Amino acid sequence: MQDIVKVSHLSKHFGSLTAVNDLSFSVQPGNVYGFLGQNGAGKSTTIRMLLTLITPSDGDIELFGYSIKTHRKEMLRQIGAVIEKPDVYKYLSAYENLKLFAKLSGIKPNHTLLMNQLEMVGLANRANDVVKTFSQGMKQRLGIAIALVHNPPLIMLDEPTNGLDPQGIADIRNLILHLSREQKKTIIVSSHLLNEIEQIATRILIIDKGKKLVEDSAAALFDSTQTILQVHTTNNAEALEKLSQSTWANHLKPMRDGLLIFQLSQEQIPQLNIDLVQLGIELLSLQPRNSLEDYFLQITAGKQYVDTFTN
Amino acid sequence: MSGIKLKVLVGLVWIFVAQHSNAQDVNELVRKVKAKLDLVNDYTAVGKMKTDVAFIKAPVGAVKMFFKKPDRFKLQRNGGISVLPKGGVSFNMGNLLAATGFTAIDAGTGEVAKIKTRMVKLLPNGDNNDVILSTLYIDESNLLIIKSVTTTRENGTFEMEMSYGKYATYGLPDKVYFSFNAKDYKLPKGITLEFDDADKAIKEKMKGKKGRVEIIYSGYEINKGIADQLFK
Amino acid sequence: MWTHLQIELYKIFKRPRTYLAFAAITALIGVIQLGLKVDGKEYTEFVMADFATSFSVDGNILNGYFICYVILQLLLVHVPLLIALIAADMISGEANMGTLRLLLTKPQSRTAILLAKFLAAVVYTLLLLIWIAIMGLLFSMLIFGTDDLFLMKSSYVVIVKESDVFWRYAGAFCFAALAMVTVAALGFFLSFFAENSIGPIVATMSVIVVCTILSTMNIPLFNTIKPFLFTSHMNNWKEFFDFKVNDANEAIIGTIQNPQKIIQSSCILFAHIVGFVGAAIILFRKKDILS
Repeated sequence: MQDIVKVSHLSKHFGSLTAVNDLSFSVQPGNVYGFLGQNGAGKSTTIRMLLTLITPSDGDIELFGYSIKTHRKEMLRQIGAVIEKPDVYKYLSAYENLKLFAKLSGIKPNHTLLMNQLEMVGLANRANDVVKTFSQGMKQRLGIAIALVHNPPLIMLDEPTNGLDPQGIADIRNLILHLSREQKKTIIVSSHLLNEIEQIATRILIIDKGKKLVEDSAAALFDSTQTILQVHTTNNAEALEKLSQSTWANHLKPMRDGLLIFQLSQEQIPQLNIDLVQLGIELLSLQPRNSLEDYFLQITAGKQYVDTFTN
Repeated sequence: MSGIKLKVLVGLVWIFVAQHSNAQDVNELVRKVKAKLDLVNDYTAVGKMKTDVAFIKAPVGAVKMFFKKPDRFKLQRNGGISVLPKGGVSFNMGNLLAATGFTAIDAGTGEVAKIKTRMVKLLPNGDNNDVILSTLYIDESNLLIIKSVTTTRENGTFEMEMSYGKYATYGLPDKVYFSFNAKDYKLPKGITLEFDDADKAIKEKMKGKKGRVEIIYSGYEINKGIADQLFK
Repeated sequence: MWTHLQIELYKIFKRPRTYLAFAAITALIGVIQLGLKVDGKEYTEFVMADFATSFSVDGNILNGYFICYVILQLLLVHVPLLIALIAADMISGEANMGTLRLLLTKPQSRTAILLAKFLAAVVYTLLLLIWIAIMGLLFSMLIFGTDDLFLMKSSYVVIVKESDVFWRYAGAFCFAALAMVTVAALGFFLSFFAENSIGPIVATMSVIVVCTILSTMNIPLFNTIKPFLFTSHMNNWKEFFDFKVNDANEAIIGTIQNPQKIIQSSCILFAHIVGFVGAAIILFRKKDILS
């Protein structure tokens, strides 16, 4: 199957700062491609390069098999995008904004189409109100209506839930799932929130400091046979020694932060627990997580939960 | 020899004639000229006026002039805006001579535009007249004033030169050149936010140059009666 | 391109700010007209004080043509602000609002987007000038009537025949349009550098004010750079109101004293427009949109 997006060795430098560093990935049709990383990891820069808002310092971007450099206009016709805040013309009504951007997207919009679009995002009854009076969530929904008005096969959403209340977040999530499942759209969605991505993405790329940390299918990253177990004992060094000689040796991963790390299937955890006791290892804690969580924790080092809380 | 004698004789005759003329009272000459002008009770004239002052750029304009005895005169531009030296063109021979009284002094002869003229200096009587002195160059045979140089209290000195055509019998000119010393006039200083200073050439050009107003009369209507309120 | 221009105009004329400029012009011209209607005699006496000691001026000096000249002189100093208000906001305003990035993800070339924006600013500028012409010239003609145009230049007086005036105004307004489009181009160019509206508006006005002062001051140091300042050329619409004279110092109807000055200034202003807009396009094509 042809890649809809193919990014090879993409880099972007802003002076001495490297925002994106030799990033390569590809997106297949029908995927919801989750782009996960902390704020400032390079997600937005990458998405903006895909949208031609930022010129890459290095590397190539192909969309639908064509280079974005040579086929910019044709490619942008195939894309609908919401980039961070959904900013539209505040002095125009929702309907006027939608109509205006529909024209710019290269279609001749009729009233029915525009009203259907507003209906879809639940703004039909506010169609003629100026955007100035809208809540953040309503603006976000209008932004999505604008992104979708020309029926593009590829949709890019950069931090689409930023600044939304829980209901707004849920609405966006459902909309993404609807677009993916019912309308078979290919969607690239970025977020710094793990739980957001893990609920919708079919494939996930974790980016840290502009570099790819891991890219894999959600299935693989959530695979329960590949559970990461973090074990804390009264003496981790001694425990490691004892375990290296046990049958668990091949499940052991390099220690991280002075803790023992195992990779195993979820079903093996009770047996490991028994064996640890029998080996005379005194257990302080035992923390299983899927590999996605584990990767994510590596890049955020616990900051994620603070972010979630403050959001 | 006889040729020389003839020349001397002619010379003597000329002196005699000249002296004879001198002997004629110049007051009488002026009186005659005035009498001729007095034939006109009023007139309405149409013509064209050209203003030639270095620092005034103006188009040729159609003008209408009205005169009524004794000294009422009005110059009216047919629409448009006219710029005239103050007290200038409204001054004409009619109202000069209409002044209550004057002393005429013979100042010899002169030639103006190839016409032999008698120069007469007029000194108006009384102190409240604006004219201090006026020198008239009079064509004695036709009783026409060909030129005048007038010094006024208020408006400086100006010259008028007149040429006559079909209205000569009334002493009314076809053309009047009115010239004055533009040097005496202040340059306009516009409060017009004009930033240009590229007019040095014009300033140079006007230095010491005389300003002129030229009126070419194309027709008179004489003694048809004019209502007084026209001059108001 | 045409669609985009329509959209840009639609946006401009949907904003209250746009009408502010038209209202301001209406008010300014109204005030000038009222003032001159009531106290115009004093004004002309004041302006001609020097001249009137030597010459008597006869006729309706305070006619519509003269009023319009006064209005243009006063207004063309302030109109740049009203133009900057819109032109200097064309890019920065969208960057500030956040709509620029959405706009640029649409399948339009950046050059086309920018040109459409500039053309919209030009249309706005022209409409503003047309409004000035309607208010300043036509209304003044209605209120004050028409007659010859009596002008006091810095060192001489010009009287333009009534029948010879109107085409000069047409020319002057065309030239003023070029001058004001230059202002729009400057504002447009500066608006590229900021992500707020106020900065480029203030910057545009500052550039114009500083350059105008340099153009106006008669100091040798500045005189050498004067020809290169576009503000030195912006006032040359006045050249339309000066004509040639023949050897008898008689006005030659339908002539212009220094047509080469008008042509030269027009070329310089046009070059500025091309320069400003060209630079904006070149820079904009390479610009990374980070807002």
